Amino acid sequence: MTPNIAPAEPRQTPGLAPIPPVATRPIVEVKSVSKTYAGGVEALSGISLDFPEGRLTTLLGPSGCGKTTLLKIIAGLIPASGGQVFVDGREVKGPGPERAFVFQDFALMPWASVIRNVAFGLELRGIAHGEREAIAERHIARVGLKGFERKYPHELSGGMRQRVGLARALAVDAKVVLMDEPFSAVDEQTRRKFQEELLELVANEGKSFIFVTHSIEEAVYVSDRIALLSRRPSRVSAIIEPKIVRGGDPEKIRRDSAYLDVVEDIWQQLKHYLD
Amino acid sequence: MQISDLASALPARREPPASYWRDALIHPLVLRLVSFAAVLALWEYAGRIPLSPAFPTFLETMGGLGAIIADGTLYKAFLITLHPLVIGLAVSVLLGVALGVLMGLHEPSEWLIAPVFVIAQAAPLAALIPILTFAYGIGLTAKIMTVCIMAMPVIVLNTLGAVRNTPKSLLEMSRSFLASRSQSIRLVILPAASPMIFAGLRLGCAAAFIGVILAELLITPTGIGDVISYNQSVADYPKMYAAILAIIVFSVLFIELLERIELTLFRPESRA
Amino acid sequence: MVISGIRLPMMTSLIVWAVIWEIAGHTDAGFILPPLSRIVWRVFEIVPTASFLDALLITGRAFLLGNAIAIGIGVPLGILMGRSVIADRLLLPWVNLFLSAPLSALVPVIMVLFGLGETTIVLVVVLFSMWIIVLNTRAGVRAISPSLVEMARSFGANGWQAFSRIYLWAALPEILAGIRLGMIRAVKGVVIGQLLVSVVGFGTLFEIYQSHFLMEHFWALLLVLFSFAFTLNELLAGLERRFAYYAASR
Ligand SMILES: Nc1ncnc2c1ncn2[C@@H]1O[C@H](COP(=O)(O)OP(=O)(O)OP(=O)(O)O)[C@@H](O)[C@H]1O
Ligand SMILES: [Mg+2]
Repeated sequence: MTPNIAPAEPRQTPGLAPIPPVATRPIVEVKSVSKTYAGGVEALSGISLDFPEGRLTTLLGPSGCGKTTLLKIIAGLIPASGGQVFVDGREVKGPGPERAFVFQDFALMPWASVIRNVAFGLELRGIAHGEREAIAERHIARVGLKGFERKYPHELSGGMRQRVGLARALAVDAKVVLMDEPFSAVDEQTRRKFQEELLELVANEGKSFIFVTHSIEEAVYVSDRIALLSRRPSRVSAIIEPKIVRGGDPEKIRRDSAYLDVVEDIWQQLKHYLD
Repeated sequence: MQISDLASALPARREPPASYWRDALIHPLVLRLVSFAAVLALWEYAGRIPLSPAFPTFLETMGGLGAIIADGTLYKAFLITLHPLVIGLAVSVLLGVALGVLMGLHEPSEWLIAPVFVIAQAAPLAALIPILTFAYGIGLTAKIMTVCIMAMPVIVLNTLGAVRNTPKSLLEMSRSFLASRSQSIRLVILPAASPMIFAGLRLGCAAAFIGVILAELLITPTGIGDVISYNQSVADYPKMYAAILAIIVFSVLFIELLERIELTLFRPESRA
Repeated sequence: MVISGIRLPMMTSLIVWAVIWEIAGHTDAGFILPPLSRIVWRVFEIVPTASFLDALLITGRAFLLGNAIAIGIGVPLGILMGRSVIADRLLLPWVNLFLSAPLSALVPVIMVLFGLGETTIVLVVVLFSMWIIVLNTRAGVRAISPSLVEMARSFGANGWQAFSRIYLWAALPEILAGIRLGMIRAVKGVVIGQLLVSVVGFGTLFEIYQSHFLMEHFWALLLVLFSFAFTLNELLAGLERRFAYYAASR
């Protein structure tokens, strides 16, 4: 199954080239990781999964299947009960500078201004005030929040807060960006806008993204590779590479039959988890 | 449909001035003034009936207030009362916040210390005042200790709760950005806890005022307590009431001031 | 806390403190702080005496009556303030004032107005406990979703029915929390009142023990009072938790 969608219009962004099939080396390797929570809940059972470098890989699966758990294990925020995770060839023992996390609930510090929130990772690394503010300013502008540097989180909309969380993760210049349902708290229009921006980031940054979502359409639209997780205790039930050629008109892509076929295909696979 | 629309539309057209007056009347500031005026008028009226020979009118009380201000009694009394209050409060705040933070971060100390304060919070600690007097005599120390035992439990327990309730996602966030333990305490836990710590400080302040007045009434009459009990004993009720009014207003303003300080120094986001 | 795999319940550390107290009681500090064992012994000695039971009766009566008045006035007042903007704006400044004011300064006023008797103690209890009940009830009523009230109205409920069937029940978790906090304040109030009046209830006992340097007796009385306050708090907190289940799903 290789749905290929040719760009129907001239590319809008010169920097965007059709992405070649995924064949790069894995930046993150998950090797038979399992996780049983203290209460006896078995969230993951022997998951093995590779995440290619420079691409966006999505974890998609029914609610409560352990997507957040897997993401946090990769982030080093919670220990696995078994198995190993390697990032860039090194085993994960805890959080590291090569990974940055974008939190589902933003996790912004309400007492800190936007710029201080964005610069937080740099502040922790002991980077001088002026320098880290300059870096933070750049990333705030990148996510389209120029002019909001001195505002506080409660003065921002949900979508703007999510951008702050994204800017904070980008500011530390990690190789791997882990995003836990980053767009679930924003409205549909913002969400679509974010998806475009995310695609642009993936194309331009050379970073690897691991993305968690509930939405099949979103997964198919933004991912280079989708790992379909089964119900708890979770295993990988399928790996899907949508191979959508980007850069065209988003509306066209969303109406394209190849795109819709992939969506339908995943829906068929996930449907039986519903009952 | 149309008839009812019309019916509701008609009076509405005639009414704007009425609703304008109504809006002006229920304006918070107006109502607050009305409320204060009503209570003071009621006080004046009740004093004139008279409700009791020991119940001076509002104006008489103001006269008493003028008298104790004019002869310097009130000023001197406040200085004396503030002495144990400020020392006791400072000790309670420093020690209380430190203990609360320690317990919030270190489970064994919570296990050891928290139950003592849980009981102290529920218990009528004022009953310890006679024992404090035995232990420390009738001087300043016993009064400071009284302020401390009254103010500290609520400060300690609020601080403990505040530190415990740091949002889990913020803790995870700081860990994911490689915060060291001391960094996450300094940059995340304490700032996140500060609103609730300050709420505890306000409550502690109110309790400290209760304590200092109680100490001055029970241990030895000094400061405001002396002005109250002396004028009570010579049946100069306007001055007695004036002293009570003064300390109550003072404590309310003191707590208000604390809140202002909190907002300007510690809560930049609330000014935005 | 967990020590070598065994979970120690929170309050178990009190045993440690009891031991420290016992040891301290046998040092020079024993004059002020007698050994716990002897104090506990004293508790059993003084509790059956007529003077203690008498004091308990008077204090208990004042406490219950004061709380009943505070609840009887506080809850309707809180509901009124939660419902009516005008009442709220008129009364809230006063409620807040009395909530944070040093009420111990007002006890002398009650004393000169109502004498050195039980009435004064009852009024002190009301003064200490009422305001927090008002404020909590108000908060509870303001948290009620308007649709719940509209539902009752749509079924034809009149004012009294709306009050007794909806507001009271929907705001119950907050009201109970207010009553618990009010009672804790009331315990403090009743003790403060009796310390200052000193011829009523436990006040008499405080006075006798204090003037005769009967430290063990004094501590025994404190132990009884503190245990009572703590138990009351726990009981009410337990009750509150039983009703809190629907606070979230309201
Ligand atoms: N700290 C925890 N203790 C015990 N069980 C937990 C804990 N965290 C998660 N679980 C359980 O582990 C399972 C997987 O949780 P997880 O949050 O990883 O799911 P998810 O796929 O992210 O779900 P969602 O799509 O709803 O976010 C769930 O059944 C959850 O109840
Ligand atoms: Mg999740």
